[in-house]
Amino acid sequence: MEALKDALREKFGSRLVPLDGAKDMEGYQVPAGLLLPLCRFLAGESPVRFEQLTDVTAVDEFPGEPRFRLVYHLLSLSSNRRLRLQVLLGGGDPRIDSVTSVWAGADWLEREAWDMFGIRFEGHPDLKRILMPLDYAHFPLRKDFPLRGIDPGRHYREWDRGRKA
Amino acid sequence: MAGAAEMRKVEFTWMPGGHEEMMTLNVGPQHPATHGVLRIVVTLDGEVIVGAEPVVGYLHRGKEKMGEALTYHQFIVHCDRLDYLSSNLNDIAYCEAVEKLAGIEVPPRCKYLRVILNELSRIASHLVYVGTGALDIGAATVFFHAWREREKIYDIFDLITGHRMNYGFARIGGLQADFSGEALAAVRAFTEEFDERVDGYEYLLTRNRIWWERNKDIGVIDAPTAVNLGLSGPNLRGSGVARDLRVHEPYAAYEDFDFEIPVGTVGDCFDRYMVRIQEMRQSNRILEQALDKLPGGEIFAEDRRFVLPPKERLLTSHDHQGVYPEKAVMEELIAQFKVITGAGIEPGEVYHAVEASKGELGFYIVSDGSNRAKRMRIRSPSFVNLQALAPMAKGRLLSDLIAVIASLDFVLGEVDR
Repeated sequence: MEALKDALREKFGSRLVPLDGAKDMEGYQVPAGLLLPLCRFLAGESPVRFEQLTDVTAVDEFPGEPRFRLVYHLLSLSSNRRLRLQVLLGGGDPRIDSVTSVWAGADWLEREAWDMFGIRFEGHPDLKRILMPLDYAHFPLRKDFPLRGIDPGRHYREWDRGRKA
Repeated sequence: MAGAAEMRKVEFTWMPGGHEEMMTLNVGPQHPATHGVLRIVVTLDGEVIVGAEPVVGYLHRGKEKMGEALTYHQFIVHCDRLDYLSSNLNDIAYCEAVEKLAGIEVPPRCKYLRVILNELSRIASHLVYVGTGALDIGAATVFFHAWREREKIYDIFDLITGHRMNYGFARIGGLQADFSGEALAAVRAFTEEFDERVDGYEYLLTRNRIWWERNKDIGVIDAPTAVNLGLSGPNLRGSGVARDLRVHEPYAAYEDFDFEIPVGTVGDCFDRYMVRIQEMRQSNRILEQALDKLPGGEIFAEDRRFVLPPKERLLTSHDHQGVYPEKAVMEELIAQFKVITGAGIEPGEVYHAVEASKGELGFYIVSDGSNRAKRMRIRSPSFVNLQALAPMAKGRLLSDLIAVIASLDFVLGEVDR
């Protein structure tokens, strides 16, 4: 446990802020630009190897700013440990480097975060919607998206128009 | 058998493929072999798969959004609809996550009963895999044998919960009710005969030549790739990685039981089949131990923020003579009202993962102090596992895609959420 802390301190210095509040696992707040080098380090060089990316998701702090809190859950199979990484992103045009080059499993998880929150992952091989229709215009898990949806009958109307034509 | 697989590999090399006229084939979204509403856009060179892109989302219901709009208690029934083949597992996982966040400790009897529900659900889910997986490949007999035991498990669930599917039985801080003696006897009767039944499936499949031909060396994924792709559960263990959250991050009462983690060697469809077969045997072992060691006592936690008061204590209505029930008091009714309308949880966040039948099912819950979650993230195993479909199917025949789909054993309710 200490080995990882020391290695991170040595490599990244004070740019990583430990998250003390969480009870379930240790975590760090990471500046957006540092995410990809940090993930490369954690997956390939650090004393505790995080071989697997378990989850990528976001929390919408609307109307607060910075609006998005991007959360990565990492898993080390070799030493049975988890790590949480947190990146704060502004609401205007949230973008972050994709980690698909480190963990192939990030592919769909990042697509889902894009689909649901509109966070753009730069360098992702094929960033497109995954759960919502490809031509959908909104981001449903944002807090300003209403629970009942926006114009939920649109698809039916289009289908019906096509049927009558 | 390896010889037969070699021969097929040789066939591919001389197969005429100009790579000019690829064919695009839509498998699904309405196709019995896709186990739900999954669409796979397959690019074919002759009969060889060049690319396979799963298209998901047809069953998207916005469960996470609902989780952020409902109180913690109200969301339990929605967890049933994630992996509907092992609903109890999802409910219990969710309740454990909320308990972890709120700092509730459930009594030992409740933990054991949850283990029993978990393992019965796991067996039921693996039976669906064995039955439908074999049916997809053409072995219809296995389906009926597997469904017979699944029916028995559903009858047991009916005895315990009153439902055959979508139980909604778990509660934050406990379970809806204790098991009846009849139900426990039914579980005991099931465990006594189940090992023999697994022998029966193995008799039909494990040494079956056609089953070997269709599964051996098909959909191979090696351990580093599987880990990198984020696979979990039997799909990861099939590739030889001994990772089981019941052992590595024990929850409920799993540290009390003695069982093994079955693993495969090469990571093909057959290994994943063997892992699931052996997991059913291990689950049966856990069930036996849980019944033997089942402690007595309460099933509900002490924490009155989340636990409903006993029904006879509620001051609801008097009888026709105007006499109120003896033990009923107004305070308990107020407590009931407060639990139903939802207790707040202190601001904080928690990630709780359990070994579901399909892999690592995680709930990431962020609380802002109100009675609703600020973020209800469901990390479903099937969603991440499904990414392995394309690398597994690439370079194989179209008919192998069916075997790969079956061996990945995903549920679309959980993929799409």
